Amino acid sequence: MRRALAGDEAVYRRLLAAVADRLRAQVRARLARWGASDVQAEDVVQETLLAIHLKRHTWNRVERFEPWLAAVARNKLIDAVRRRGRRVELPLEEVEASLTDEARPDDSHALDVPKLLSHLNERAREIVRLVSVEGEDVRTVARRLQMSEVNVRVNLHRSLKTLAALYRKDGI
Amino acid sequence: MKTADLITALAQDRQLAPRPARLLARTLPFAVLAAAVLLLATAGPRADLLQVLAAPRFLFKFLVTLSLAVPALGLLPSLATPLPRGGAWRGALWLAPVLLLAGVLLELRALPDARWLPAAVGHNALWCLAMVPMLATVPLAASLYCLRQAAPADPARAGAVAGLASGALAATVYALHCTDDSPLFVAIWYSIGVLFISAAGAWLAARVARW
Repeated sequence: MRRALAGDEAVYRRLLAAVADRLRAQVRARLARWGASDVQAEDVVQETLLAIHLKRHTWNRVERFEPWLAAVARNKLIDAVRRRGRRVELPLEEVEASLTDEARPDDSHALDVPKLLSHLNERAREIVRLVSVEGEDVRTVARRLQMSEVNVRVNLHRSLKTLAALYRKDGI
Repeated sequence: MKTADLITALAQDRQLAPRPARLLARTLPFAVLAAAVLLLATAGPRADLLQVLAAPRFLFKFLVTLSLAVPALGLLPSLATPLPRGGAWRGALWLAPVLLLAGVLLELRALPDARWLPAAVGHNALWCLAMVPMLATVPLAASLYCLRQAAPADPARAGAVAGLASGALAATVYALHCTDDSPLFVAIWYSIGVLFISAAGAWLAARVARW
């Protein structure tokens, strides 16, 4: 994480991917008890990744990273369980599917993403799409949309914050 | 959106907010300055400020307010993180109540019984009750903003401490104006104002500083 904070993008990406894998196993195991599907668990994984990213400045660099990471994950998991408590749902189809279907979606998303993204304005939506789904780097996006790089970065950052807020509100 | 795509987007976003302690250090001094300007613009310093600068009771007020403000400010950056490690600051929060209690006991011994009540009621208790929270609004808003940018493990608790810090800073500023110097007065009216702001901080932070 220290190298990631210093601006090493490749290291940061590997770190997030490794964290996501560990989170996924944890979250699925814990939420299964509450009748959440793997797809819904993936939402919690994504919400946690967003929190790790947006709040990484609250990690004190002289301390170990893992306890901080665990604290963030725990906070998000508790949020998810609380929301579950208010609105427990266990559709029969899902139970059936998980009983019969061995192939589980690994990486998809239960929330209505187009609806989530519709809260962003058109430009921000396009930036998020290009950067995430298309995997373009900021410079390319800036050129394609004829914006300054700084502008793209600001837009991207703001969109991620908006997404995090939406997760908090509409999460599973 | 797939998680892998999200990670791609996150890795591209390089914006890194300042650490909680740094953000507080950048914003709170201006908030305290604003409170001081607010006091000077409305009530002004007490007329005999220069004569009382060495008076023990006058100085005791600052000793109490600062002994609360400093530990609360020291504790706040840690409470603004998901994994608080308050350390020594947490215990130091008791310093102000202990000092205040000692001041009250000394005052009760120093004054004859008949003067206890007048000293406790003072000249402008209601004014004090209104001014301390009013002067605290700007520091409280600033510290809540800092908490919002951070990730407090327990937003209400962090907000309560932010309220203690803001209230104590406001009381420090207000003490320049207030002519009631008895520890009896401070123990009652200053405390009510500061505790009220602390409660307000807890209530607000639980709403605005969730993450």
